[in-house]
Amino acid sequence: MIRLKNIHRDFQVGDQSVHALDDINLQITAGEYVSVMGPSGSGKSTLLNLIGILDHASSGQYFLNDQNVTDMDEQQESRARNQHIGFVFQSFHLIPRLTAAENIELPLVLAGMPPNQRKHRVDEAMQSLGLIDRAHHTPDQLSGGQRQRVAIARATITEPSVILADEPTGNLDQKSGIEVIDTLEALNDKGITLIVVTHDPQLGKRSPRSLGMVDGRIESDESA
Amino acid sequence: MISSDIIFYGWQSLKGYRARTLLMLLAMSISVASVLLLTALGEGARRYVNNEFSSLGTNLIIVIPGRNETSGVGLSSMMGVTPRDLTLEDARALTRHRAVTRIAPLNVGAVEASWQNRKREITLLGSTHDLLPLRHWELDAGQFLPDLDWDRATPVCVIGKKIRDELFGAHAALGQWIRLGQNRYRVIGIMASEGRSIGMDVQETVIIPVASAQALLNTPSLFRIMIETKSRATMQGVIDFTVDTLRERHHGEEDVTVITQDAVLQTFDNILATLTYAVAGIAAISLVVAGILIMNVMLVAVSQRIAEIGLLKALGASRRKILLLILTEAMLLSLLGAAIGFIIGMTGSWGIRIALPEFEAYPPLWAMLASLLVALVTGLLFSLLPARKAARLDPVNALQGH
Repeated sequence: MIRLKNIHRDFQVGDQSVHALDDINLQITAGEYVSVMGPSGSGKSTLLNLIGILDHASSGQYFLNDQNVTDMDEQQESRARNQHIGFVFQSFHLIPRLTAAENIELPLVLAGMPPNQRKHRVDEAMQSLGLIDRAHHTPDQLSGGQRQRVAIARATITEPSVILADEPTGNLDQKSGIEVIDTLEALNDKGITLIVVTHDPQLGKRSPRSLGMVDGRIESDESA
Repeated sequence: MISSDIIFYGWQSLKGYRARTLLMLLAMSISVASVLLLTALGEGARRYVNNEFSSLGTNLIIVIPGRNETSGVGLSSMMGVTPRDLTLEDARALTRHRAVTRIAPLNVGAVEASWQNRKREITLLGSTHDLLPLRHWELDAGQFLPDLDWDRATPVCVIGKKIRDELFGAHAALGQWIRLGQNRYRVIGIMASEGRSIGMDVQETVIIPVASAQALLNTPSLFRIMIETKSRATMQGVIDFTVDTLRERHHGEEDVTVITQDAVLQTFDNILATLTYAVAGIAAISLVVAGILIMNVMLVAVSQRIAEIGLLKALGASRRKILLLILTEAMLLSLLGAAIGFIIGMTGSWGIRIALPEFEAYPPLWAMLASLLVALVTGLLFSLLPARKAARLDPVNALQGH
């Protein structure tokens, strides 16, 4: 489902060129649960941004569902992000002035779905994540765990093929963190591909497949 | 993205940043309101002058001593600087034309009027019987100047209402003798209050026969000759006849200015219309200033919401959608500001009309349309830059807030 071939990503910092990603070759099949581990600056976030089509490779090729992402124009990229990819961020990234329900339906709004069709799907998503009584609360009225569950509901509302989670438990206490991970894993059980970036070894151990990154390279690729 | 969602999103963010929204609305609405108010004042002035001139009556020709090189009302015609006097004989010669229905020679001066021990300065008008119907004035009581030979200096006068009130108070004025300068005149009529015309309030004038006025003011020359013709069609003939006759009488020299009400009206109309455009232009500058304000605030708004824009991109908003969202927000703001300004402007000009009933201060249609249009266009133009800035943000950096 995800295929990276000889991916390089270079940043120019002053006079120096930094290799954030150095010749990455990676294949992830549909329904996999992969954790990406590594020290900070190892390129794990860059890898995630690249898979999420937020960032572009300096060279190499990226296929998502057999489509060559490298050839896409800006409009196609946006559509691909909207349809195929769900993001879960460490800092939630909810829009403070919108209610939980409005935050969750945002990807559908951007996709141009009419309101009556959206309502049904938003209700369903909130039901399954236990958020139904929080529908009309704004983010500042929700707990951290609830906020992240709203963000997960938002990430899954378009029924994407892959969820990309960058340190999803980084801003949460342990109990809420485990709840969030349980939620994500439950989604993976239903068939969604799940890629989690973390530097928490406990979290890394939970996934069947674990990638270890150092200096922009995949140093280890272990399957349990 | 469907349009109602785009508008809802813009509306939500305007509500989300209340202080900035209110400030922008204030700037925009003040600009639109000032365009409406200023043009309403200009238009009111134009209508006022128009009405004043209409009260002169149509088919009216005015002869002014002195030659004016350019057409219209010039300095010399205003000041009455004249190389050769315009006399009663000149006026009489003009009655020969068949199309002339009425003719009123006019003398004007300032003298002191007194009755018993009350005194005041008045404007003295010397004229003839025809002045009343020619100017469409009306009498309140008594009668107007008698229809006698122009050369007879009869000691009678017709006074304005205000003069009657100030000189006579509660006493009956008709039949009383008042003193004007050295002479005494019997009051035979009182003017009704409606009679008003440019720069001269009939209520504050005293009208006496033209020959009496010439004697009193000690001048043989006339201030004006007013001629009424049978119809509009005959006006040009009478104008030509007037010019020819007076040139002949003044030894071949064309030393009078003949104007029609239309020409005077046109001149004033042009001046006031230009003034209205000028103030509208000045007010429009404030609209542009409001536009620049919108640009600044939208730029701040974009930098405040960088992370949000990054999120929208991550959720699948293309550059075009971001552009559309920001522009819609700015347009909503301009539209709302313009609407509020419109209401303020219309209420304000209504207030002016209440305060000054003679002043029909309605903002002209073009000013209403133009102010709304300029508000929307500047709102749109000046938010293009911030919107483009937002659309071009790199999503990875934007999500991190920079």
